[in-house]
Amino acid sequence: MLSGPRTATDRSKLPFCHESFHNLQELRHSASLANKVFIQRDYTEGTICRFQTKFPSELESRIERSLFEDTVKTLNNYYAEAEKIGGQSYLEGCLACTTAYLIFLCMETRYEKVLKKISRYIQEQNEKIYAPRGLLITDPIDRGMRVIEISIYEDRGSSGSSSGSSSTTSSSGR
Amino acid sequence: MKNCEYQQIDPQALPTPTPTPTPTPTPPSQPCPEKTKKQQRKWEIFPGKNRFYCDGRIIIARQSGVFPLTLGIILITSGLFFIFDCPFLVKHLTSGIPVIGGVLVVFVVISLLQTSFTDPGILPRATPEEAADIEKQIDNPGSSSSSSSYRPPPRTKEIVINQQVVKLKYCFTCKIFRPPRTSHCSLCDNCVERFDHHCPWVGNCVGKRNYRFFYCFIVSLSFLTAFIFGCVTTHLALRSQSGTGLVDALQDSPASAIELVVCFFSVWSILGLSGFHTYLVASNLTTNEDIKGSWSGKSGSEDTGNPYSHNSIFKNCCVVLCGPMPPSLIDRRGYVPEDSLPNATVEIQLPAAKNDVNVVGKVPSQGL
Repeated sequence: MLSGPRTATDRSKLPFCHESFHNLQELRHSASLANKVFIQRDYTEGTICRFQTKFPSELESRIERSLFEDTVKTLNNYYAEAEKIGGQSYLEGCLACTTAYLIFLCMETRYEKVLKKISRYIQEQNEKIYAPRGLLITDPIDRGMRVIEISIYEDRGSSGSSSGSSSTTSSSGR
Repeated sequence: MKNCEYQQIDPQALPTPTPTPTPTPTPPSQPCPEKTKKQQRKWEIFPGKNRFYCDGRIIIARQSGVFPLTLGIILITSGLFFIFDCPFLVKHLTSGIPVIGGVLVVFVVISLLQTSFTDPGILPRATPEEAADIEKQIDNPGSSSSSSSYRPPPRTKEIVINQQVVKLKYCFTCKIFRPPRTSHCSLCDNCVERFDHHCPWVGNCVGKRNYRFFYCFIVSLSFLTAFIFGCVTTHLALRSQSGTGLVDALQDSPASAIELVVCFFSVWSILGLSGFHTYLVASNLTTNEDIKGSWSGKSGSEDTGNPYSHNSIFKNCCVVLCGPMPPSLIDRRGYVPEDSLPNATVEIQLPAAKNDVNVVGKVPSQGL
């Protein structure tokens, strides 16, 4: 069970900050959720699934801008591939129409295949890049494809001030 | 510094206890017996007005309208056709008639069932953290503490799609900014993507995911109705020609009279509906947009046009009817997650005690 209010001596005994998060399990068990950042959808190209690549200010101290942008751009490319209107999708659509769409009951659609690729990619990104920095990306499909939710974890004891300052700047940063 | 850390967690923790039924109320109340309690599927705690069958595989609106009537009329009329008209027509014309009729009936029934039982493109409601984040973006940081206790005024966000300004509205029920072309159905109490209309005949909303089934249903139904009407007319004509007259022909085959009446009254409306939806498909519009006149150039302004249209009838048809099938976003058969961050919830409860001492303004709402 969790102990009472942390004292300064307790804090000094705990392991230091996010270098100790080597995998997702450790992240979940030994860290506390400090904040969540939501990357909203970008509708400038219509209703296709795209996320904004604007770098949120809360992550400034946690991850390099280029890594974050790469992740979002790759996700956008995956979604564009899933929703691409071209020869293969027409074929799938026409075939489905002739079978009164019963084929959807047995066959996995192209979209679903790409979604599986996306969740593997996100898992891999979490393990390699985000978890070591105390962050966790939630697959957008779990949030109704509305947002990419990035959870910011903070180690129980130390570096409380750094997370505190980044969170206080978040509201003014918007 | 310790206090600052806890206070940052507060704004996120706050909306969790306050709003009306959140989708995951169970985990915090039962920390220990989670494993012994049967895991719930997400459809069991779905907040919208829908009914689920076959353990979440089938979804239909709670107000199923006249769906049983629709199905009943189609099956009964087709049944009467096969029993009473087909034998005569097979003998006098061709045996292809019941085959064509059978194929059409199968198509109609399958597309009707698919329209009714498929998720139309329901958007799941925002998680409490997401809703809080949106509220934070809307409100001034300074006044956020005072506005959390009453409903914020209606909000819109303007975006530009294909050089056209589109307004996104905030949905108070789902706590999200509705994506373009999304509308909240008051009968089902859900936001539905590419919302066309709520069809009482089908007992479900028609949206992004089931529009193609709906279109297939009305087109095949128009063919079926016209086919039955034609066959019955031919049947009665042939009978009356063989000497007895129309009235006697009707008396010989009363079922044909019933079919005639049903088909006569329905063929016009269904053909009209098919024609209307063919126009909508060709211009990539929804019934909702057409009725509201969103893109029809109000007061003669020339620069409003449909920003979603591909400006080619063929391409619009292909996109709407043969485009990729989007997945269901509501994950009906998934399991409700047990609180995956037990540490976080315990962490959140701690500051309550501390804040009582520190007299932070948000404490009273935490008590709810």
